Amino acid sequence: MVAFIIRRGLGAIIVLAIVSFITFAIFIVIPGGDPAVRMAGKNATDANIENIRETWGFDRPFYVQYGNMMKKVFTADLISYNTQQGVITEIKRGLPATFSLAIGAAVIWLLFGVLVGIISAVMAGRWSDRAITVLALVGISMPVFWLGIIARYYLGPENLGVFPDGQYVPLTENPVEWFYHLLLPWFVLAVLFIGFYGRVLRSNILDAINEDYVRTARAKGLTPRRVLIKHVLRNSLIPIVTLFGLDFAGVVGGGAILTETVFDLKGVGQYAADAVGTLDLPPIMAVTLIGAFFIVFFNALVDFLYAYLDPRIRPS
Amino acid sequence: MAERLLEVKDLKVQFATEDGVVNAVDGVSFTLDRGQVLGIVGESGSGKSVTAMTMLGLTRGVNARFEGEVQYKGRDLIQLSEDELQSIRGNEIAMIFQDPMTSMNPVYRVGAQIAEGLRAHNEGMNKHQARARGVELLRAVGIPNPESRVDDYPHQFSGGMRQRAMIAMALANNPDILIADEPTTALDVTIQAQIIELIGRLKVEFNSAVILITHDLGVVAEIADVIMVMYAGRVVEMGTKRQIFYDPQHPYTWGLLGSIPRLDRPKADRLHSIEGTPPSLINMPQGCKFRPRCPHAFEKCWEEPALENRVEEPGHSDRCWLPVEAKRTVRDATISGENRAA
Repeated sequence: MVAFIIRRGLGAIIVLAIVSFITFAIFIVIPGGDPAVRMAGKNATDANIENIRETWGFDRPFYVQYGNMMKKVFTADLISYNTQQGVITEIKRGLPATFSLAIGAAVIWLLFGVLVGIISAVMAGRWSDRAITVLALVGISMPVFWLGIIARYYLGPENLGVFPDGQYVPLTENPVEWFYHLLLPWFVLAVLFIGFYGRVLRSNILDAINEDYVRTARAKGLTPRRVLIKHVLRNSLIPIVTLFGLDFAGVVGGGAILTETVFDLKGVGQYAADAVGTLDLPPIMAVTLIGAFFIVFFNALVDFLYAYLDPRIRPS
Repeated sequence: MAERLLEVKDLKVQFATEDGVVNAVDGVSFTLDRGQVLGIVGESGSGKSVTAMTMLGLTRGVNARFEGEVQYKGRDLIQLSEDELQSIRGNEIAMIFQDPMTSMNPVYRVGAQIAEGLRAHNEGMNKHQARARGVELLRAVGIPNPESRVDDYPHQFSGGMRQRAMIAMALANNPDILIADEPTTALDVTIQAQIIELIGRLKVEFNSAVILITHDLGVVAEIADVIMVMYAGRVVEMGTKRQIFYDPQHPYTWGLLGSIPRLDRPKADRLHSIEGTPPSLINMPQGCKFRPRCPHAFEKCWEEPALENRVEEPGHSDRCWLPVEAKRTVRDATISGENRAA
């Protein structure tokens, strides 16, 4: 257990170091990556640019720059080249929206995904299974930026007026409005995952139903309900845990860029998207590291859960 | 007379598939008394497992059709509702399966899997009692240290131990009938003998009857009282163990017997094998189903309907048209393999 944590911790540090270095390296080679030119503005003199270079340390060797940036990430002193705002403060401001979006959507997609998977597996081959399959494929195929905009336009104040027009209301400020404002983004983000999880679970269940141990369970005289829940589902849900861990980590780590942008939630993803648009390295670096951290962290968590769920891979 | 537990009358099972209707079981009849061991022998696809699973309703499905009766204590198991069958499964009739490696759920402890069956049929039994009974059962099937092994997961058991645990699970509710579907096929030869010995001993202890399904005549030779030889969904020969081994009437049975190496007969040049493959269950051959593979077939074997049942001695029946006298001579040659070289 302790060894597991230490091993995964060391692994995480290595992964984060590599991720940060690659991110940094991209900005050395990217055309127009020189921040001094952009910071100096349109009609800057060479001296002006040189001046900025010196104050911000852009004239130092790249490894010194990299070291400085890493130091600033951990001391929370990182400052955006474009807005001159503290990056960590900005991210902290965006986190509640991102977390609210990710957690709410995750609950919805897990719940509905599992439900869709079970129903279509139990009804396998019948029309309800076919209908659900078609719906799931439609869900998987609809891009978030399209579905989001359509939903916001037709259900928002412009037309039906059922939902507010995007924006994020902090939970601490007004829980009802928070929920009301997030409901649409949650579903829009969840639709893709619901379809995907439903399909994966359906095939897992159909595989598990033909397992010998399910026949044994039936031969024991258990109720069909108990056979389904305790023997079929218990085993088919294990792979879903992996999927969920990684998808959730991705969304929490700023992966919901499109949803946040479409609904103007001002979360971390949207912050990152804006930074990418202006080639603003410090926010990109910080958000990338946060995203990488969550993915590494949830990966370890999934491995840990796996050992709990499947005794065969538990270290004896 | 021992108590009659089971009476199967002209059981037919058909499955509708994309290729056509499969006649998996085609008119099987037999009886089973308390204390008796019935061995069902045949190749894969001969309908032995389907016969057994049908008794427990495990073959029911949208594509399955059933005919005939399975009388158990005054009830026809074919007609029972799913709920009624559920209370019989694992309780009055229990079943163990071929591969103990995959027949247990890998994510639950062995004890929990035994307890599950106990509590399904004994309302009011708490977890503690079920566990205690689980330990007792594991001890009965010869698992060492049952108090601690009860909390092991299946993957921590060896193959033989898992099959013992499966037997413990099946015997949990003192069933009248234990159906063992190829219980030794996946095991080492030495373990096979132990498992068969165990089934024989527990049958006496639990005062039940056993249906032992196998493709291996050596296995049934150990403990079966009555042997039923199945081919292409039909019973081709049925008799006591003595009759089947010493006076077999059907060429298919001869083939099976001839394919076992024997030390009590002159050494054959080579082991006998039955030519050809079993017929497709969708397009059955005309007349006797074994005819296309039978070296002794003659005109009569093409007749429809094929011979239903010829009783040679009381309790010994077969489906072969050959005259008894002609039979004796060809039979001995086939089984001992003498004229193989010719």
